Amino acid sequence: MSDLQDLYQEVILDHGKNPRNFRRIDRPTAEAEGLNPLCGDHFHVYLKLDGERIADVSFEGAGCAISKASASLMTSSLKGKTLAEARETFERFHKMVVEGDREQAKSLGKLAVLKGVCDFPTRVKCASLVWHTLQSALKGENKTTTE
Amino acid sequence: MNAPSSAVTAAPRAPALDVARLRAEFPILSQVVHGKPLAYLDSAATSQKPRAVIDAVTRYYEHDNANVHRGVYQLAERSTALFDGARAKVARFIGAEPREVVLVRGTTEGINLVAQTYGRANVGPDDEILLTEMEHHSNIVPWQMLAGEKGARLVVVPVDDRGALRMDELERRIGPRTKLVAVTHVSNALGTVNPVKRIVAVAHARGVPVLVDGAQATPHLRVDVRDLGCDFYAFSGHKIFGPTGIGVLYGKAARLEQMPPWQGGGDMILSVTFERTLYNSLPYKFEAGTPDMAGAVGLGATVDWLERLDWAAVHAHEQDLLEYGTRRLQEIPGLRLVGTAPEKAGVLSFVLDGVHPHDVGTILDREGIAVRAGHHCAQPVMKRFGVPATVRASLALYNTRGEIDALVAGLHRVREMFR
Repeated sequence: MSDLQDLYQEVILDHGKNPRNFRRIDRPTAEAEGLNPLCGDHFHVYLKLDGERIADVSFEGAGCAISKASASLMTSSLKGKTLAEARETFERFHKMVVEGDREQAKSLGKLAVLKGVCDFPTRVKCASLVWHTLQSALKGENKTTTE
Repeated sequence: MNAPSSAVTAAPRAPALDVARLRAEFPILSQVVHGKPLAYLDSAATSQKPRAVIDAVTRYYEHDNANVHRGVYQLAERSTALFDGARAKVARFIGAEPREVVLVRGTTEGINLVAQTYGRANVGPDDEILLTEMEHHSNIVPWQMLAGEKGARLVVVPVDDRGALRMDELERRIGPRTKLVAVTHVSNALGTVNPVKRIVAVAHARGVPVLVDGAQATPHLRVDVRDLGCDFYAFSGHKIFGPTGIGVLYGKAARLEQMPPWQGGGDMILSVTFERTLYNSLPYKFEAGTPDMAGAVGLGATVDWLERLDWAAVHAHEQDLLEYGTRRLQEIPGLRLVGTAPEKAGVLSFVLDGVHPHDVGTILDREGIAVRAGHHCAQPVMKRFGVPATVRASLALYNTRGEIDALVAGLHRVREMFR
């Protein structure tokens, strides 16, 4: 059962239950909707930029504990970062969660708690949905799906 | 919460089903998953296969494989006889004639076939197709595509709070522009059994044909299409313990005769020139190209296997599981059953307070329990009950009370983790 506890760590359960930055941003610089048609997870990501810096980032929507915690941790981690830093964080996160490169966890701060997800292939999309949604927002695409 | 159906307990006591012996026929069921015995509770998605079916498919490939309706050599004769024989078995099984049994990939393809042939020939601007709120996407989207092309409309019959069809609304909504009623026999997300015979009577009284989605009914009920009286009945091999990739569209001969063919190709023709083609007779008119021969032979073996079962005992066993499961699940604090219609078959759909179904599914998986978590390709039903998704434990004749106990124990574990 250790891998299950690795997946559902206290921090994840906490962020899933009490997500941070769970609100909409009025007049955002960019926004996008993310859908996982497989399970019905549905999120909206809002972004306010100050030049190259992320002044504010938030989300709304419904999904499982993993997807909500991932969104909560992502928004907490990216606020104040430059776009280049955000891109680098996404690349590291992707390597950790999708490719199973646990070494990346060391430089990812709180996001490291999501490293257990890579042992659950059916749940990887849950963790990565909001990140892809954020990317869509930055690219000016309004809709993204995990398919 | 509503009490489970009690209609069946009043039925005369059937000899008990020997479930242990039945389970021994399914090789896949004896395995261990994450160190726990597999409890397969996702038969509404796809059922497992008995040895007899697996062997029939293997035997076909090892001994009899040749293209059907073409060769003059012995293998081709054997293959053709097996293929035609399978169709005849299926026809007998559902009370139809062989020429009324069109072999397709599955329920979805059967419905699309009707939409693209009967539908395109008979539905025009401002016409209506009547559906219910509990339809699977495969009995919504083909009609939506047709309606979009023809400028027709979908009219939807609502369900009540328990998930039973509002028959009064159905009667009210069939109008002069209704060209077809398309209704599921059993709901995949709620388990509701619809009164198909009554629906057919109401529709036929107004001259409207009826298509029935039988994907979820055929694993649980013996279906006689003549008795139901419907014009079309579609179902899938893989949900009735048969192979994937093969299914059946039953159509009344008179309807099928009038319909244009669907896909063009070999086997569906009598003669072809560049000027014109003469189409083959029923059912070949609707079966272009080399069919899924091994699948059909496997389906024939499935029907043989199903006919050997004591269906009164199967029904009593399944209703017992449903009642037992309903009772046990209702003991869990914060659990809400979605779909508690008086007539149900095979499905326990529920939500657990504060835990998303996907998380429930992952935790149950580590206990060896396979359930479906999601919208079950029935998003309008989810919307009706105000949930984005549910956990669905679906039952088949090989499930046991012990597996329900495992499910309940697993759900208690979920609650501990998310407390």
